[in-house]
Amino acid sequence: MTAMLNVRDLRAYYGQVQALHGLSFALNEGSLTTLLGANGAGKTTTLRAICNMVRSTGAIEFEGKPLSGKSTENVVRLGIAHVPQGRGTFTTMTVEENLQLGAITRTDKKNIVADIERMYEHFPVLKERHTQQAGTLSGGEQQMLAVARALMLRPRLMLLDEPSFGLAPLIVRDLFKILGKINREDKVTILVVEQNAQLALELADQAYVIETGKIVMSGNAKEIASNEDVRKSYLGY
Amino acid sequence: MELFTNQVLAGIATGAIYACMALAVVMIYQAIDHLNFAQGEMAMFSTFISWQLMQWGVPYWWSFLLTLAISFAGGILIERLLFKPLAKAPVLTNVAGFIALFAIVNSVAGLTWDFTIKQYPTPFGSSPFLGSQLISTHQVGMIGVTLLMLIGLYLFFQFTRIGLAMRAAAALPESARLVGVNTSWMIALGWGMASAIGAVAGILIAPVVFLEPNMMGGVLVYGFAAAVLGGLSSPLGAVMGGFLVGVFENLAGTYIPGVGNELKLPIALALIITVLVFKPAGLFGRAIVKRV
Repeated sequence: MTAMLNVRDLRAYYGQVQALHGLSFALNEGSLTTLLGANGAGKTTTLRAICNMVRSTGAIEFEGKPLSGKSTENVVRLGIAHVPQGRGTFTTMTVEENLQLGAITRTDKKNIVADIERMYEHFPVLKERHTQQAGTLSGGEQQMLAVARALMLRPRLMLLDEPSFGLAPLIVRDLFKILGKINREDKVTILVVEQNAQLALELADQAYVIETGKIVMSGNAKEIASNEDVRKSYLGY
Repeated sequence: MELFTNQVLAGIATGAIYACMALAVVMIYQAIDHLNFAQGEMAMFSTFISWQLMQWGVPYWWSFLLTLAISFAGGILIERLLFKPLAKAPVLTNVAGFIALFAIVNSVAGLTWDFTIKQYPTPFGSSPFLGSQLISTHQVGMIGVTLLMLIGLYLFFQFTRIGLAMRAAAALPESARLVGVNTSWMIALGWGMASAIGAVAGILIAPVVFLEPNMMGGVLVYGFAAAVLGGLSSPLGAVMGGFLVGVFENLAGTYIPGVGNELKLPIALALIITVLVFKPAGLFGRAIVKRV
């Protein structure tokens, strides 16, 4: 199987500070992969580098096409949806406008309406609140909205940056269930960055562990979960 | 009482122009976080273009529409050539850019059309409106055209996808890029629209203040006052601010002894200072709270 996303020797910089030190990994089409690591390991930077939101060197290929030199919006237009840390909700706009924005690059207007309805099926709470300002939603609802907004792109690949951050455990479980469903039913390849390693490893089929800007471990999610070092460092038992 | 009604109506008419200028200023402020000090000069230049077109025999409304199109393109051009390269520059560099633009536009207009004042026609006439001495047909025209434009803009921003994308780009540029909005072009589009809105203001006020390169100086100060009063983060506020400032200016000039026509401008400045001291977010603006 050829990889959908291929990252080789990725180095990223914030000003003079180097955050990634030659990172390489690959995502298979249809996979659900998690990127684990402690605070400051470079997880967010990796996602930001894929979308060219941070200065980086190295090669990133998406479906055989290099992404370097492309602006963020053009990377997105290839079908890569990015749910950023902090969710990036357009708080002064309504829930429905947020969803429409997710589809702003699409030209198939008829399907957009149907897709919005589909999102309301995935996330019934969004339908209840579709005319409300998005800023009035709770944290969990905003995270649902962020995922729904990303799906409105009809992405081939979805990048999620700590979707569980600040959410109650039950809501996180719901959210992860939905992510699994999206991955299986809509055939969206997913890369999810998480601090909640236990849940992420339950959900994912592939996992990478990142430490100070380098991949230190990779493999099947179940194998990683049973690895003693990982258990001690990330799962806490 | 008749004097009062008359002054209020006249205030609403000039307020319409301030509303346009304030709206133009707010649109650019929303897009790039800077005040366009050259907004008035750009509007003046647009007005000269329409005047020139009419001198060449183009009928009024055709020259009006052509001028809007030219101003729109001109606004985009200015953004691409001058302010896009300054996007990451410090505030003062941008301010210098605006002042340079002000000086250049003003001098080029003077050089091309000289500094003598010119008559500018109105398509509405200036007879009393419906036989009433309270307001003239041109003043009614000013209000009417402005309201039509505002309704058009409202529909554009609420119900079109480009309008939605522009709002997103202004609200949260990074999130907008992440849904695929080309924020850089949205800024350029904002400049084009602001420039066209300014052109409408210039063309409508020209029959009142006469056409000359410094015609918009005072008008822009009132526009700033309106934008600050309404709130720089709120287009609706800017418009309401425009009408309020227009009425306030007229009433102050009529009823406060010693103000008259000569001291109206300082009143606008006093208004700006007062609002900035007591309610910096303006009447309709959102207060920005920074976490520290």
